[in-house]
Amino acid sequence: MARSRSALPAADLARTVVFAAFIAVLGIFPGVYVGGSAVPIVVQNMGPLLAGSILGARRGAVCLLLFLVLVALGFPVLSGGRGGLAVFAGPTGGFILGWAASAAVAGLLVRRALPRPGLPTLVLACVAGAAMDYLVGVPYWGAVIGDFGAAAKQSLVFLPGDAAKVVLAAVVAAIVHRALPQTGGPQVGARQAGDRAEAEGP
Amino acid sequence: MNPGALYHPGTSLPHRLPVGGKLVGLLGFAALVFVARSPWWLGGGVLVVAVGYALARVPPASWSRLVRSLLVLLVPLFAVQWWLIGLDSATVVCLRLAATLGMANLFTLTTRIDDLVDAIERATRPLHRFGVRPDRFGLLVGFTVQAVAALTGIAADVREAQRARGMDRSVVAFAVPFLVRTLRHADELGEALAARGVADD
Repeated sequence: MARSRSALPAADLARTVVFAAFIAVLGIFPGVYVGGSAVPIVVQNMGPLLAGSILGARRGAVCLLLFLVLVALGFPVLSGGRGGLAVFAGPTGGFILGWAASAAVAGLLVRRALPRPGLPTLVLACVAGAAMDYLVGVPYWGAVIGDFGAAAKQSLVFLPGDAAKVVLAAVVAAIVHRALPQTGGPQVGARQAGDRAEAEGP
Repeated sequence: MNPGALYHPGTSLPHRLPVGGKLVGLLGFAALVFVARSPWWLGGGVLVVAVGYALARVPPASWSRLVRSLLVLLVPLFAVQWWLIGLDSATVVCLRLAATLGMANLFTLTTRIDDLVDAIERATRPLHRFGVRPDRFGLLVGFTVQAVAALTGIAADVREAQRARGMDRSVVAFAVPFLVRTLRHADELGEALAARGVADD
């Protein structure tokens, strides 16, 4: 929800909005074929970790809340074109709701290492962020099906894939932090970010 | 993205119900279903949902998509619950989910996003006194939808460049340039918003 001026100046507003859109596009863009796999992997759940570790805790969390609002409103922005309130009513709805907390945790852990967080810090932040998601998702699942033990056991299926995505998110965040320093800082250096990005080329 | 892809236009009774009332009704229905323990009551709930779909006259494609996604979710869940806890619990949990998910999906199918945004802006107007700007809600949603359109184009560009370099199997080779260009787009938007004074009144 939009706040008054002091809460969200234009640059912050833009980053938050555009990053929410980024997460949506990660979901609607066809998955990436990794290695020799025949099935595209969905990379959308890297989004909250990237938002937290690149935008910081506060903007990251606001960004994910905005994204969750889009989902709830009925935009098909979740992977597989899903959306609407039904997403949150299902057993895995907690894992989606947990994204906001996940981004906040990742952002908090990255903050100490700014302006140049190294890969170990980012891996740690992403692991903690993903763990936070399970902390919300598993009890939610347990509440929906009425059995926490079963929910915990079944959620183990996601662990290998999520572990891989945690590492990928950390690697991507590390490279982006190196390409655009200060992205997680309180002041967004639009000019500087633009200069540095020239080096990347289109 | 096709931003209204989940909404199915129509003039039926579920379509015409006021948005606020429909939302309250949905929450009430979900609460009832959550506390109900009898399979008969829950079966009745599923029946109510089915009647809602019949009234709304949603096309068979939406029907079959819902039924398919429910089956994918409920069949394994039913099996696991039956095995771990028992048949009764498996039946109750699955009926409960079918009713709640079906009703929530019906809400999304029959509610225009614009109407929902308006209803939320109206309902949250009292929050104005706490520094929240509900009238900005729709604007924020609109900005995000525009950004999705812009980023979809960028993602397609990046994908093409990636393919040209023969690196279309690497997540990193896609995500990094896409993210850098996303952040650059955000900075441009931020400057445009600041220039128009959008964020400071």
